[in-house]
Amino acid sequence: MADSGSEAIAVIGNTDLTPSESENNLKNTMVEKGTSLLKKMEISVAEAEKRTGKNAVNMQETYTVYLIETRPVDAASEGTNPALDSLWRRYSEFELLRNYLLVTYPFAVVPPLPEKRAEFVWHKLSADNMDPDFVERRRVGLENFLLRVASHPVLSSDKIFYLFLTEENGWKETMFETGFQAKADSRLKALNATFRVKNPDKRFAEMKHYGDELQSVISQLLRVRARAADRLYGVYKVHGNYGRVFSEWSAIEKEMGDGLQSAGHHMDAYAASVDDILEEEEHYADQLKEYLFYADALRTVCRKHELTQYELEMAVQDLTSKKQQREELATGTIRTFSLKGMTSKLFGQETPEQREAKLKMLETQIEEGEEQVKERNAECDEFVKSAWVDIERFKEQKDHDLRESLISYAIMQISMCKKGIQVWNNAKECFNKM
Amino acid sequence: SHFQKNVDTTLTDGSSFNASMQTSPASMINQYKFEEDADTKDIFVTVDNPESHVTAIETYITYRVMTKTTRSEFDSSEFEVRRRYQDFLWLKGRLEEAHPTLIVHPLPEKFVVKGMVERFNEDFIETRRRALHRFLNKIAEHPIFSSSEDFKIFLTAASGELTSHKKQGPGFLSRMGDTVKAVAAAVRGVRNRPQEFTEMQEYVEAFSQKIISLDKVTQRIVREQKEYLEELKECGPTYALWSQSEEELAEPLKNVAGCVDRCCKETEEQVKNLSDHLIPVLHEYVLCADTLKAVLRRRDNIQADFEAKTEALATKKANRDTMRDDLDKAEDRLEWANNALKSDWTRWQKVMRTDLRSAFVDTAERNVSYYEKCLAVWESFLHSQRTDAEGNGKVDFS
Repeated sequence: MADSGSEAIAVIGNTDLTPSESENNLKNTMVEKGTSLLKKMEISVAEAEKRTGKNAVNMQETYTVYLIETRPVDAASEGTNPALDSLWRRYSEFELLRNYLLVTYPFAVVPPLPEKRAEFVWHKLSADNMDPDFVERRRVGLENFLLRVASHPVLSSDKIFYLFLTEENGWKETMFETGFQAKADSRLKALNATFRVKNPDKRFAEMKHYGDELQSVISQLLRVRARAADRLYGVYKVHGNYGRVFSEWSAIEKEMGDGLQSAGHHMDAYAASVDDILEEEEHYADQLKEYLFYADALRTVCRKHELTQYELEMAVQDLTSKKQQREELATGTIRTFSLKGMTSKLFGQETPEQREAKLKMLETQIEEGEEQVKERNAECDEFVKSAWVDIERFKEQKDHDLRESLISYAIMQISMCKKGIQVWNNAKECFNKM
Repeated sequence: SHFQKNVDTTLTDGSSFNASMQTSPASMINQYKFEEDADTKDIFVTVDNPESHVTAIETYITYRVMTKTTRSEFDSSEFEVRRRYQDFLWLKGRLEEAHPTLIVHPLPEKFVVKGMVERFNEDFIETRRRALHRFLNKIAEHPIFSSSEDFKIFLTAASGELTSHKKQGPGFLSRMGDTVKAVAAAVRGVRNRPQEFTEMQEYVEAFSQKIISLDKVTQRIVREQKEYLEELKECGPTYALWSQSEEELAEPLKNVAGCVDRCCKETEEQVKNLSDHLIPVLHEYVLCADTLKAVLRRRDNIQADFEAKTEALATKKANRDTMRDDLDKAEDRLEWANNALKSDWTRWQKVMRTDLRSAFVDTAERNVSYYEKCLAVWESFLHSQRTDAEGNGKVDFS
């Protein structure tokens, strides 16, 4: 649990951070930056439990629920332990919440959820969603997600988010009442369609390209790291065989027996130590994964901007063509080809009354068109402004977090080396007694 | 040293045993009571400087063998000769012939076929050189072997002299005769093997298994380390690639890439150390186990021969005087062989203990050093981030 009111902990001064401590550091940084939401409540995902129930098609299924705990932060009642509010949520509910946020705040780089399925696993790690280690890491990831949203300057004040945290039932209904679902469907369709923007905003294009690169390189890093972890596991475990053979050998020796036997124990300890080492490294991998998914969120914002830009361009194009039509009609010159124009040419001109009616209709359309362009322009400007603010915020957060991650990786390596030095020094002492 | 020098114990012809040369069995035991006293080491041998020689027929490597000694039986105090692997083989063979129940340290194998190690590969030559060095030093430290005439000639003779000396010694036919006798004895089998030799055999069986296992485990570790290294080699470049897309993060990412690369180098060296130092020693003791088995077999054969002659005397009527003579010789030979083996066995166990202890201590030290170097790499990264952050005023470390 993040302890309230603490200052930023100096990560580097203490080289023996446990993984939970490093998690805390991230949390403390988020809490410190303090949105109004975080200033008044503590949020955590404290537990996970297995449930069985009937699903939508009335089939029996097993799933995991996570306990969200909230507690009011009241400076006055430091001494007392204020009441905990809690409710259970499934992963799918988190997904719904995130989709809602994506649609409602298209300019925001929305924090990602922990992965749906275990990827980048190495052989010992389970790809099973029910595996307790996976569930535990997901619990941590979900807590992280909530804290990220709660510390976001815009997202933290969302009412639906607040209900998600505090109201077990009725949350979903309220969310659907916002009508975001309809917007979601149309947006989704539009986003998946291919379209080309005539004057792409250079900054967003660069950001999208960066998002692509970030996604690609972090994927590669996670893959390579997983393979290396697999191999390292093998190296350590084989040393366990030394333990076994030394023990057997000591049975046939007189003077060498004791030294061999105790050396064997150290070899066993060495082999066993890799489990903790690699578990810590998984936390590091999870931190990288968060930014792998963040890269996708970033690309989504850029794509949405493209869509907004495209819609503006379409509106402008539409208006221009309507204006041109009006001009042709007014002056009688036909510059744009139209079937109507051709047929009227072939089969006779239209009457002045018909022309008048048409002109009037075009005028209305042009008025509407101009309104639309004005709207879309404002939309675009608004989007660009908000998106760029959030992108800058995201950049700073990313630089800070990833740097911390690299530092914690170094600390892990140091810890691993120190363990190695200790074990082999112990072994050496035993060998000397051989 | 404590063995009696006035008895010539080197028998260049293993089959002609002159009993009259010997004193009582008790004094024979005394002969073999030797304690290693490092202060009285009076001969130092080194093997180095491999050179390849090309002739019309073949290409081979010679090694420089340098000797420094204060022993009176040597004409000079320093010698330098060049020897090839064949010469070492010859020396080993001579020692084994002369002392069938003494334990001769093994030579590195002729040729490692698995993995297609090229005979003239640098690493192979260096590993072999070290093993040859160990071999000669083991001979020099052995109270009996070190006074062998063949050993002396090996250390001091010019190439031509050595070649002609090699041609002497028991002819082909007499060697054939020995082999036939040995096979006959083996077929006969020993009937009343003393308990202590049975215990020795049991020990050798078990020891052989253990040392073979250790050799295999170590080779497996090397394999796993190499595969780990293959993957690790890709990490550094990935961090470096990432740094190219970043601004603020570029420096720490490049730094991490450098750290991972340096750890890779250390890991590479670590793997090489295991291959170059621990594995050859374990391998030697695998071969030792085979030597011990052979020595025990030869002892059994000598006993079997004695038992056969005893039986013959009891059953046959003719030639009783000659047979009695033969029997006496066989009995002496057996007693001699048993005592020699018992003493050398004790000596061998001490040497084995020293060798394997120092090999494992050495390995542990190298592992410690490996982790210390990697530790330094990552600590320097932390330090750089600390000073960076303080410089930028980002984090307060007070």
